[in-house]
Amino acid sequence: MRLLLEAIYAAYHYDFRQYAVASLKRRLAQALIRFDCRTLSALQEKVLHDKQAFPVLLEYLTVQVSDLFRDPLYYLALRQHVLPTLATYPSLKLWVAGCSTGEEAYSLAILLAEEGLLNRTLIYATDINSESLRKAQNGVYPLDRLRLFTLNHRQSGGKGSLSDYYHASGQSAVMDPQLRNRITFADHSLATDSTFSEVHLISCRNVLIYFNRELQDRALGMFQEALVLRGFLGLGSKESLRFSAHADGFVEYRPDEKIYRKAS
Amino acid sequence: MMTPRATYLADRPIDVIVIGGSAGVLDVLRVILPSLPHALAVPVVIVVHVPERSPELLPQVLQHSTPLPVKFAEDKEPLAGGTIYFAPAGYHLLLEANRCFALSIDPPVLFSRPSIDVLFESAADAYAGRLVAMLLTGASADGASGLASIHAAGGIAVVQSPQTAEAATMPTAAMTLFDPDFVLSPPDIAALVASISSQPRSSAWIRRTRTDSN
Repeated sequence: MRLLLEAIYAAYHYDFRQYAVASLKRRLAQALIRFDCRTLSALQEKVLHDKQAFPVLLEYLTVQVSDLFRDPLYYLALRQHVLPTLATYPSLKLWVAGCSTGEEAYSLAILLAEEGLLNRTLIYATDINSESLRKAQNGVYPLDRLRLFTLNHRQSGGKGSLSDYYHASGQSAVMDPQLRNRITFADHSLATDSTFSEVHLISCRNVLIYFNRELQDRALGMFQEALVLRGFLGLGSKESLRFSAHADGFVEYRPDEKIYRKAS
Repeated sequence: MMTPRATYLADRPIDVIVIGGSAGVLDVLRVILPSLPHALAVPVVIVVHVPERSPELLPQVLQHSTPLPVKFAEDKEPLAGGTIYFAPAGYHLLLEANRCFALSIDPPVLFSRPSIDVLFESAADAYAGRLVAMLLTGASADGASGLASIHAAGGIAVVQSPQTAEAATMPTAAMTLFDPDFVLSPPDIAALVASISSQPRSSAWIRRTRTDSN
């Protein structure tokens, strides 16, 4: 596996060398079946010589399906305990790190709109997978997922109706362009790139679980650097800073919802 | 049916115990967990199928069955001997070769997340043959192929006897794939785990754990 990851890095500059091994192995095993390869070295041959194969492999290695307002209590905590503080800033920058196909970024945009903060906010939503970013940019989701999204939204303390923020088109829901206009989707790697802006809130949910501890620490160090003093960091519901080298750089703010603040 | 010799597992190098089950499994765990040695040197890792949005009560409920600490596994947490870990609802739980947990939100396997196959396959890979795995009652085939991987890697595979299982699909699925080392009723599984040495067999395990917690 080491050789394959080195080869991918050398040929395509995608760095999976510090991803958590167990999940990566599982995903590669699935990719082997998809590509009808018997060994990782056969897969390596294939992705190095067949330029069409790599984007497909990238899907296996990176894509995450999320929901709008996944873990509603996280968004409820942001609404009740974080946005009131953010509202004291004249302008706001948020960063969704590892945005995949955009669900988390749109959820935050809706939350900000409902709290009257969207028009002074810029959301950076970054990912390494350009196909995911393209989908995120389009903001089109299957209509059959909206039932769950609507339930989530209500549990997150949603004020209006979620349908105020999308319109149905055939079997799809298209997110309101006014949300999209406040979001900048961009290619950015937590493994190889550095910070690009000072931000007030970073939401990075269920991304760090795929990294090994060294890469987690790299990402968290970057977050610490990017956040304003006392800025907020939101992680996935089963992620914590407890086993990180940066545990001291953040203080628990809403422990149950995994919201931290940069230490002052 | 095979009868376990009390010394059987005491002779084997075991670094972790992994357990999977679904429908009816809580009653079986209430039989098995009390017989774990109170000075158990190895960790116990359990995947039980629960709905993604269920209240998170498993450790609380099963803490009544054992004096050993029972908790949800956390991402990157080093496995500690004598602790019983459950996979959190909505996440796959994997074991890494450096003796730490990893979580994932990869898609459900056989409609389940957490999936027993995901835990067992990662355990087979990370622990080679130094583990014992138990597949209990359940109404899905999840866990069968993972148990086969553990068996192929040299680990000890225990299956709850289908006639004692509230739902026989899970144990039966494993038995159609390979011959498990043990096919036992819950009381016999309890007797088997009671034989697990309370002494760590592998100094390497302790060494790694210490390094990880630094």
